Amino acid sequence: MTNTDTIAAAATAMGSSGIGIIRVSGDQAFSVAEQVFRRHGKSGSEGESGRSDRGEKHWNDRRDSERQQEGNPADSRRRPWVGQDMGGEHRKVYYGHLCDGDEVIDEVLLLTMKGPYSYTAEDTVEIQCHGGVLVMKRVLETVMRYGARPAEPGEFTKRAFLNGRIDLSQAEAVMDVINAKNQYALKSSVSQLRGAMSFRIKGIREKIIYEIAMIESALDDPEHISLEGYPERLREVLKPIMAEVKRLLDSADHGRVIKEGVKTVILGKPNAGKSSLMNVLLGEERAIVTEIAGTTRDTLEEHIQLKGISLNVVDTAGIRDTEDVVEQIGVSRARAAASQSDLIIYVVDASVPLDDNDEEIIRLIQGRKSVVLLNKTDLEGVVTREELERKTGYPVVCVSAKEETGIDELEETVKSMFYQGEIDFNDEIYITNVRHKTALTESLNSLMMVMESIEKGMPEDFFSIDLMNAYEQLGSIIGESVEEDLVNEIFSKFCTGK
Amino acid sequence: MAYLEENYDIVVVGAGHAGCEAALACSRLGLETIIFTVSVDSIALMPCNPNIGGSSKGHLVRELDALGGEMGKNIDKTFIQSKMLNESKGPAVHSLRAQADKQDYTREMRKTLEHTDHLTIRQAEVSEIMVEQGKITGVRTCSGAVYHSRAVVLATGTYLNARCIYGDVSNPTGPNGLQAATHLTDSLRANGVELFRFKTGTPARVDKRSIDFSKMEEQVGDERIIPFSFSTDPESVRKEQVSCWLTYTNENTHEIIRANLDRSPLFSGTIEGTGPRYCPSIEDKVVKFPDKGRHQVFIEPEGLYTNEMYLGGMSSSLPEDVQHAMYKTVPGLEHVKIVRNAYAIEYDCINSRQLKPTLEFKAIEGLFSGGQFNGSSGYEEAAVQGFMAGVNAAMKVLEREPYVLDRSQAYIGVLIDDLVTKENHEPYRMMTSRAEYRLLLRQDNADLRLRSIGHEIGLVSDEEYERTRKKERQIEEEIDRLEHTNIGANERVQGFLRRHGSTELKTGATLAELVRRPELNYVMLTEIDDRFPDLSDDTAEQVNINIKYEGYIKRQRQQVAQFKKLESKRLDVDFDYSTVNSLRKEAVQKLNLYKPVSIGQASRISGVSPADISVLLIHLEQMRHGGKR
Repeated sequence: MTNTDTIAAAATAMGSSGIGIIRVSGDQAFSVAEQVFRRHGKSGSEGESGRSDRGEKHWNDRRDSERQQEGNPADSRRRPWVGQDMGGEHRKVYYGHLCDGDEVIDEVLLLTMKGPYSYTAEDTVEIQCHGGVLVMKRVLETVMRYGARPAEPGEFTKRAFLNGRIDLSQAEAVMDVINAKNQYALKSSVSQLRGAMSFRIKGIREKIIYEIAMIESALDDPEHISLEGYPERLREVLKPIMAEVKRLLDSADHGRVIKEGVKTVILGKPNAGKSSLMNVLLGEERAIVTEIAGTTRDTLEEHIQLKGISLNVVDTAGIRDTEDVVEQIGVSRARAAASQSDLIIYVVDASVPLDDNDEEIIRLIQGRKSVVLLNKTDLEGVVTREELERKTGYPVVCVSAKEETGIDELEETVKSMFYQGEIDFNDEIYITNVRHKTALTESLNSLMMVMESIEKGMPEDFFSIDLMNAYEQLGSIIGESVEEDLVNEIFSKFCTGK
Repeated sequence: MAYLEENYDIVVVGAGHAGCEAALACSRLGLETIIFTVSVDSIALMPCNPNIGGSSKGHLVRELDALGGEMGKNIDKTFIQSKMLNESKGPAVHSLRAQADKQDYTREMRKTLEHTDHLTIRQAEVSEIMVEQGKITGVRTCSGAVYHSRAVVLATGTYLNARCIYGDVSNPTGPNGLQAATHLTDSLRANGVELFRFKTGTPARVDKRSIDFSKMEEQVGDERIIPFSFSTDPESVRKEQVSCWLTYTNENTHEIIRANLDRSPLFSGTIEGTGPRYCPSIEDKVVKFPDKGRHQVFIEPEGLYTNEMYLGGMSSSLPEDVQHAMYKTVPGLEHVKIVRNAYAIEYDCINSRQLKPTLEFKAIEGLFSGGQFNGSSGYEEAAVQGFMAGVNAAMKVLEREPYVLDRSQAYIGVLIDDLVTKENHEPYRMMTSRAEYRLLLRQDNADLRLRSIGHEIGLVSDEEYERTRKKERQIEEEIDRLEHTNIGANERVQGFLRRHGSTELKTGATLAELVRRPELNYVMLTEIDDRFPDLSDDTAEQVNINIKYEGYIKRQRQQVAQFKKLESKRLDVDFDYSTVNSLRKEAVQKLNLYKPVSIGQASRISGVSPADISVLLIHLEQMRHGGKR
């Protein structure tokens, strides 16, 4: 079996290691690579000049692990690469830059593998870039733009299996993985799209399906419904729709579409200065903030970007209103919030002595990714940095939320923890984001094609083909398929028939 | 007292549009066929609208004709007005519709049946299907006669336990007061067939002499008539056409309807059947679209030798006195005299999920069905199913491979796939929006798509087939020529472009590039192309469409290639999906219910997710290798 379409995904967890791998597989893999990769130095099958050390190491490790997988000679008929020269003509590594047009995105190693000499047994390229989330996301988005589509969860494994690359005894496991991953992805995708955003997409879809139904009703019943002057009307209808999709797309670039990011909890006893800290982070120009209210107003999530890292500051009742997490929500709630978070920011008031509440929090944050902030360092302090470092075992950053000092250091600390892989988080969220962006881009393109068809005076039935594509793409974001939508819309909105 | 009357290869039950096509296909393939009808005078009866074709239905008729069916030829002989709908729109949605002389249509079809070898017509009510060990063995009539056969095609239309209703009048008859079939349902139930109850309706027929046409808009036929059948000589269909007329309801009409809703069996609950949303009664329209101040009414002649006129758009099951009152509010119908009342009809039909894509019952080998009995609506939908059911019944008897058209090959494929794969809660009507590859499935290229299949089945003659192949070659050669003929920016060409409001050339261009310009088309090239060949109109049309819409057509072809991959992965229809652990429960339940024949079909069942499909693919692969070990 061959799959002609080309898929891409991150093969390593995003942000958790120094090197990230983006894998592209399918008929177009090489042509995608040609468009996004600009080479430095010469190509070579084995370590040639110009390759960075980390790249070389990683690349060799990977090949070794592949060699091990191919140890079973019984399967050699289905595994034609066994006994082949592993380097040779089928696999090559290049050093260079990954570019989106003129813009250089990262310094990368590019590994090309001709099918069937790859994991999926299809033409495959692996782009080894820096492991940062933003870099990997940009790389992924770029290959999408040049012809790949986001892989479904488990799709590489599925293709590998269907192409005879994985042992049959693993089939059950592969099937389990696919369904588990899909259910997880769906859940996370839907949970990421809280009320407001999903509501906006639904609104756009409703407008689009109405127009398709209008056209289709007229085609099915031309004597009842006329399309006289319709193209001009449609153009006016589409303008705001396209602007809306464009806005969604722009905000996706800023991480606003999805509740992505590091789940962060700010802990501290009353009056430690959590609110002021939040206000500083939110109020400054360097922080991009969005409030996305859930369908019920009881969840308020603050979304902050620090040095390109997204923080999701979550609290069930709204962290700004809940001045005292420990006392008002109770220790158990704080513990729960802390245990589900990726990052804890513990705020200590330098002007009052540490008490039982602080002891409780210090116990809570043990073994977890945390930053300790000593606040109110503008005032006369009774708690010292050294004391706090000793007690918590974490580095302490001195800030004054009031004077807004030390904020830069906080940001630097979070950033370095993040890039050093100290903060784990769910990278599925980023992958989903890329998928959503691809879908938004596709739907915008389709709408532009409708506009073009209108300009060119194409017949109306051509409009509905592209409109339907836009509708389907938007539906994939919120997990809704087409099914009988159109037929239902036609019958409920348009009066047709004998 | 049961007795054996005769043995046949194939029994067809019902002689409507489905039954006629089924019986003709079987007997033309040389199989001894008997067709049963409750009334020989009502063969191919058109009990509702007096026309054939229309949007997407016209496609069905042309496809049927390309495969070797009869409907297209019959309407070409008996039409009294013809129109190509949607001419101002894209070629994919052009659709032929012809007004028929109803009596003539019936008479011609009957004549064709009567003159077909191996075909026996029998007036009798079939009351039982005979099944032994999951296999059909024949049918029994009410009078006790037994007909053994190797396959049976059920095409009972709207006759099973039919009931006609208007107001509080309820008659246990089929359409037009014809005898209903009251026994077969029980026999089907006893054999485990699941049945639905559907409803449809028809407007009143009125006396032409009582209509004031001066208050209506005249609707005339096309000047250039295109026949339905690819075998009909376009010259032979030139004739004088009759007109239809357009008028409108108004607030007075709606007032009367609203005031009498409590007397409507639809709203009082007397009618239990599910009606089609696309052909609502006038009372439905008034209730559902209260803002619409008027609804169109098309007055269509029922034939040349009758004064009866059909009131298109005003089907109803309101009481007779309300019908009189509401029709008289319509301009031009102030003094109208009703010949036949409007009525709703309820009937038994099957849950079409029980059928394979070949239209054979999954649980009863050799039993096939087509038409409204399968839960569809419309003459054309019925005819194509009857044809496919007949062909596959014949293939069964001949021990040949069955024919299943897929969604990328024909509207017929879309229709049947929808019936056997999707949940169907109302009489199913074809619509162009249901066909995802409609740019490829045009009415103009039905012959190019399907003639070869018809020929292979054995219902298209060598001569007909050769004609299509020749056309194919001509199209290919001409497109190739246009793509490779360069023209210079000389004065003749520039003048031509100016005349048609097109931008002048800067350098040379191919002829094909000119055809692609929105303001130009292929035929216009005669003005500048000295080597312009003498091609028939329909061949030239193909050249034009293929070049003009090349981009879109290519895109759909690519989609089709993807689609075909999943279609070609066959599934075992006896497979128990509960043995695949990784499938979700809902998917297991749906898959076991539908027992799809391919991964493609499985993917269209609602409740089966893409992840489930991946799991199935892996499972298939595992089975394939497991089997080899």
